[in-house]
Amino acid sequence: MTTSATPQVESGPLASIRGWILLYAIEMRIAILSQIQYRVSNYFYMIGMVAEPVIYLVVWSTVARQQGGEVGGFTPGAFAAYYIVWTLVRNMNIALTPWAWEERVRGGELGAMLLHPVHPIHTDLAGLAGWKAVVILLWLPIAAFLSLIFQPTFSVDALDVVVFLVAIWGAYVLRSMFLWLLGLVTFWTTRVAPVFNIFFTAELLLSGRLVPMSLMPDWAQRLADYLPFQWTFSFPIEALIGRLPPEQLLGGLAMQVLWIAIGATLVGLSWRLAVRRFGAVGG
Amino acid sequence: MGTQLQPVQGRDLLRPIRLFALFFRIGALNELQYRANLAVQLLESGISLATGLAVLGLVFGQTTNLGGWSEAELLAVMGVHILMGGVIRTAIQPNMERLMTDVRQGTLDFVLTKPEDSQVLISVREFRIWQAVDIVVGAIVLAIAIGQLEGAIGLGAALLFGATLILGAVMIYCFWLLLTTAAFWIVRMDEIHELFDGVYQSGRWPVTIYPGWLRISLTYLVPIAFAVTVPAEALTSRLTVETLVLAAAFTVALLLVTRWFWRFGLRNYSGASS
Repeated sequence: MTTSATPQVESGPLASIRGWILLYAIEMRIAILSQIQYRVSNYFYMIGMVAEPVIYLVVWSTVARQQGGEVGGFTPGAFAAYYIVWTLVRNMNIALTPWAWEERVRGGELGAMLLHPVHPIHTDLAGLAGWKAVVILLWLPIAAFLSLIFQPTFSVDALDVVVFLVAIWGAYVLRSMFLWLLGLVTFWTTRVAPVFNIFFTAELLLSGRLVPMSLMPDWAQRLADYLPFQWTFSFPIEALIGRLPPEQLLGGLAMQVLWIAIGATLVGLSWRLAVRRFGAVGG
Repeated sequence: MGTQLQPVQGRDLLRPIRLFALFFRIGALNELQYRANLAVQLLESGISLATGLAVLGLVFGQTTNLGGWSEAELLAVMGVHILMGGVIRTAIQPNMERLMTDVRQGTLDFVLTKPEDSQVLISVREFRIWQAVDIVVGAIVLAIAIGQLEGAIGLGAALLFGATLILGAVMIYCFWLLLTTAAFWIVRMDEIHELFDGVYQSGRWPVTIYPGWLRISLTYLVPIAFAVTVPAEALTSRLTVETLVLAAAFTVALLLVTRWFWRFGLRNYSGASS
């Protein structure tokens, strides 16, 4: 796919910012226009995606009801709120799958990517951001349906909403960085499946994707504090359902910024090494 | 191009089985070339088993039973779930994915021109034998669960278990083929296996814990209840005669509908070359 979003040759910092906005706007528009054509396919994906939190929700509300209405500080209504917000957060934090790199390296797509005047991660970030616009549109009726059935209980104030709106994009960028980094493993080995699987399993257990972190054993919670995962699932979800005091809301955003910075640095370094390696293989 | 090619078949009832055996041999020989994939598959099955056990541990750290099922009984459900998942990914899903590709690329014509029943042919062409690791893992989990269950499993229960498992596998096959046949109309169906994998995860828990509308969907819309919960019920002496009869009747009905829908789909398929 060629996208000619090369910024116009102007000078000055303003022109360069305009160039970046243009690049993102064009990539997003292309993604929206192409994804909107595959509504059926996108709906299949949505239903498959929604099945996961619904299963967790049913299991944990059953446990809560059996334990007298509450488990780990969550009532069935609170679980419903958690897992319904989960569906939106999940859609938002979907980033380029590391599996895509296999095709990129083998299929030669990478050669074209290298010719772009900007770092290829921007194309990926912008393209998936456009897809999200389509997905959110499809998500709205599903969220309404789930809310009707599972009766979530929220207590939200304005700060929660503002932090949430920032945090879902923070989660997206943060997760993109680490999945991109993971994808680059493809440059060093062709047996990527075990690496990817271990990563995704760790993420599943230590991010709040499977259960709210407060239901995990203490040691797992402490371990999670040293990893980026919980800032991409648990944090945005708990921000919106009103479980976090203001200092934790802002602290969480700060943690996202920190991890994005770490991720971006690592991406920058590894990408340079990876490209050098690719050149060596391709002759 | 005429797609109504009725294969010369005669009355050879064993023919589908012989075709199955032949293609299975080819598939196995093919995959035996890539033995390192076995190690990858072992690791993958190990990770997913560990995750499943961790989730069970989390749930039973908070409660002693889930909707009337004990931990050992839920372990049995998990065993059946893994085993059935292995069957699906070894024999059912690969064939359906190939069919989808064939429809999209027009290569289905090569199947339709062969003098065999087209439904049989498209159902037996692909096997991923390394995925069968999950069948073994599921059986081991099941054996451990049975060891923990109170009361021994009689011959009757074992036979019922085997029968319901086969019925379940046939229903899942029908369900997959019904969905895949829709590829004749909706060409791009890449996400369909994501959809199935997502929904299939619900079978890790007995369907009785789901709210009514969801339980009914997981029984009749996507026959996961029949494929996983019912065999597990047979093992934990929960299976009623009504459920067994219903499972058998539903399997026959699904087979007939699938057969009809496949032929109907073929009539609508115009081929790539025409």
